[in-house]
Amino acid sequence: MDTDLSPATRPLGAAASTLPLRAGVGLKPQHFQEILTTRPDIGFFEVHAENYLVPGGPFHHYLDLIREGYPLSIHGVGLSIGAEAPLDVQHLNSLQRLLDKYQPQSFSEHLAWSTHGPTFLNDLLPLPYNTATLRRVCDHIDQVQTHLQRRLLLENPATYVEFTASTWDEGDFISEVLRRTGCGLLLDVNNVFVSCVNHHRDAQEAIRALPLHAVGEIHLAGFAEQLDANGDPLLIDSHGAPVAQAVWNLYAFTLALTGAQPTLLERDNDIPAWPVLLAEARLAEQHLQTPAAPQALIRSQLADLVSA
Amino acid sequence: MNSQTAFALPLLRPELPSPAGLKTWNNSDPALRYAVYRNNVTVSLIDALADTFPVVQQLVGEEFFRAMARVFAQAHPPQSRIMAFYGQGFARFISGFAPAASVPYLADVARLEMAYVCAYHAADATALDTAQLQAWLADPALLDGLTLVLHPSVHLIRAPQAIVSIWAAHQTDDEPQGWDADIPQNAFVFRSGQSVHVQAIANAAALFFASLLDGATLLRAADEMQACDPGFDLPGALAMLMRWQLLIGSHTGDTHHALSH
Repeated sequence: MDTDLSPATRPLGAAASTLPLRAGVGLKPQHFQEILTTRPDIGFFEVHAENYLVPGGPFHHYLDLIREGYPLSIHGVGLSIGAEAPLDVQHLNSLQRLLDKYQPQSFSEHLAWSTHGPTFLNDLLPLPYNTATLRRVCDHIDQVQTHLQRRLLLENPATYVEFTASTWDEGDFISEVLRRTGCGLLLDVNNVFVSCVNHHRDAQEAIRALPLHAVGEIHLAGFAEQLDANGDPLLIDSHGAPVAQAVWNLYAFTLALTGAQPTLLERDNDIPAWPVLLAEARLAEQHLQTPAAPQALIRSQLADLVSA
Repeated sequence: MNSQTAFALPLLRPELPSPAGLKTWNNSDPALRYAVYRNNVTVSLIDALADTFPVVQQLVGEEFFRAMARVFAQAHPPQSRIMAFYGQGFARFISGFAPAASVPYLADVARLEMAYVCAYHAADATALDTAQLQAWLADPALLDGLTLVLHPSVHLIRAPQAIVSIWAAHQTDDEPQGWDADIPQNAFVFRSGQSVHVQAIANAAALFFASLLDGATLLRAADEMQACDPGFDLPGALAMLMRWQLLIGSHTGDTHHALSH
């Protein structure tokens, strides 16, 4: 029996995330120095796995130093779990080495695909929700979790189109993926909001339809606003703006159901000065410290029963 | 054609219609929504190239650069999930891109900027101990077969024009000063500590470093240089490698000595 379980070799039954119940910020190279100099009081940092799959140099140098002082979440953007093609085992091996090196408190990926043949498309592309895609996604997640010997958190997507081939609601589909694979949920509240506006759904209902018992982390980000061909709003998950008030409200609604959760402020474009991101993280911490209504999840489930 | 092929192909081919099988809640044209994905993919690739090639962009202007990068990205999308090194083929593409032909040094500046990124992310390696190297140099039996291994961040670009001066002129926020483009320059690119350096070096030194990178023995590389340039400063070239901690290993005959982690 293995008695020396480091975070990267936790058994599959262990929690998918052991991040603190605080706010974290996406780590960007332009902030390395300032973070090391000012040592901000912040819950954790998150990095995109693929940015650190480089042989050496400053990215590893600074992440090593920052990792010494903070919990870490490694967030994959290139595994292409939703792809029709088999997973790339070389990429899984690279991820394994990265997880071994940094021993993060959480590893997450997306319900999406980003590769086609040998081409990497550098975007998170949507998939229909039906029996065939369910089986494929579950097979891929099983393979990832077995290969990496840890549970992953799966992030719900922001989408701009729906498929005529879909036979499942997104919430049901994700719940079934989690039930079959045992992975956890990275609940991206901004993605829920964006998708709900884009597909004319009720955001609070969409949150409640997700498997909230399995949430291991929350993502918050900003969106951009366009119009579709009919002049109806079309939101773009841009990660290039502050979190919108409507998303803060949905976050508060979510926390009342889930209790405090590790919460990441994502900003990948038009990255502002470090104090701006830190201030946004402080706002999230204010929400986390507001005592949520006791047994909120139970109340919500009872309400569902009554209305059913 | 499987469904993801149908979804993927038009992303980088604007002449193709958007895929079938998409729907929208308000029956609006799904093509406009699919265009979000087209835009995300294309713009993210152009942005990645702009990050790696900022001087190329300054030399031709943002509008021209982004149009050129779009043509490149659509023809040569990434073949790796590690985006840091996207654009390896950009310099070659530029050298054949007719609208950029009036800027003859553009492709070589792109080569330099790609080398900069490769040097930045190259593997870490510990430099040889000076005393160890001196011992090898002092021992004629070892010296005969001695080859030197350079730091993995070392890149050498030999160009018919002044790419180092051009590159250096664009490293500050100030308006770039003039440069004489028609002086050939060799760019020596390497990382020392956490900083990437770009230095112009003399022809003989460039040829010497190129021989070492090719795996020539130290004696052979030095012989060749002194034959082509009797004034070649061998001690100076070695001192430069030592000063920047770019000697990381050696082969003495059939024994390999390397310090790396």
